[in-house]
Amino acid sequence: MGIVNHEKDGASGIVTTTLEAMVNWARTGAMWPLGFGLACCAIEMMSTQASSYDLSRFGMELMRPSPRQADMIIVAGRLTRKMAPVLRRLYDQMPAPKWVLAMGDCASCGGVFNNYAVVQGVDEIVPVDVYVAGCPPRPEQLIHGIMMLHEKVRGEHLSKWRQEQPIRA
Amino acid sequence: MNVIRGFATTLKHLFMEPVTYQYPEEERPFRDRYKGRHVLKRYDNGLEKCIGCALCAAACPADAIWVEAAENTDEERYSPGERYAKTYEINMLRCIFCGYCADACPTEAIVLEHEHRLSFTNRRDAIYTKTELLEPPPEGMPGTPRQVEPGTFDRAIPEMEDPK
Repeated sequence: MGIVNHEKDGASGIVTTTLEAMVNWARTGAMWPLGFGLACCAIEMMSTQASSYDLSRFGMELMRPSPRQADMIIVAGRLTRKMAPVLRRLYDQMPAPKWVLAMGDCASCGGVFNNYAVVQGVDEIVPVDVYVAGCPPRPEQLIHGIMMLHEKVRGEHLSKWRQEQPIRA
Repeated sequence: MNVIRGFATTLKHLFMEPVTYQYPEEERPFRDRYKGRHVLKRYDNGLEKCIGCALCAAACPADAIWVEAAENTDEERYSPGERYAKTYEINMLRCIFCGYCADACPTEAIVLEHEHRLSFTNRRDAIYTKTELLEPPPEGMPGTPRQVEPGTFDRAIPEMEDPK
């Protein structure tokens, strides 16, 4: 976790790097999430934002109410079929690059709600980058998922920046 | 007057210890009752506790567990008794960590421990098999399968003390 330490104290001195690494680093530094709290996971998401876990340590203190200002979307909770078009619409309104984090079992694969009313995983609707298990996940687990997403973004390549991600990757 | 009281509170908080807990660097221990990732336990002699009865799968409200049992032989013994779990899979994204599987288990083979790092970039990675779930054998004990003397292990469920 040396990278994380580095990110926080800002004591990096002089660095030479590639554009790719720099842009990816910048993207992980302030990834404003669009809060899409649908159920009990949203409570844990709020807890992650609150002072004891403080998501602003990762430059994510602002839950954007508007998709136009968001970089990532945290789908927190079970997505019903009635809500599914809304999620797709919000996702489409987000400017690229955009990432999706499915928080909790219900968002990831339907969880305990294996029935006709609940979408069995939001990856039927939008491409998901990271799935976080837990019912609901503790703030630690959500932060771990976010760190995993950061790790993924850091590994992205210049040539892939403009490519559309397929649904159900 | 109220203004001064308000500012006094602000000033007081200025000198207070920050409450933020630096998660990825500093990890606070969970409570004992916290239910995290499952572990399949072994006996002190290194044999697996799981006997493949699939009661955990029956108790699971989310249908996250898949168990396939097979017969033990004395040449290839995994667990004491007749059967062992040949396949044991838990979909961590389905599992709601309720602990009903641990309650249902007659041999106390499955226990929810405190591992919480459960994020995946792929849904397939979330299916944990016996490789990930089974704990390593105790120090100095051979793993499973192993060859044993015929007739040594014929009791599937060990004699346990009365529930407290």
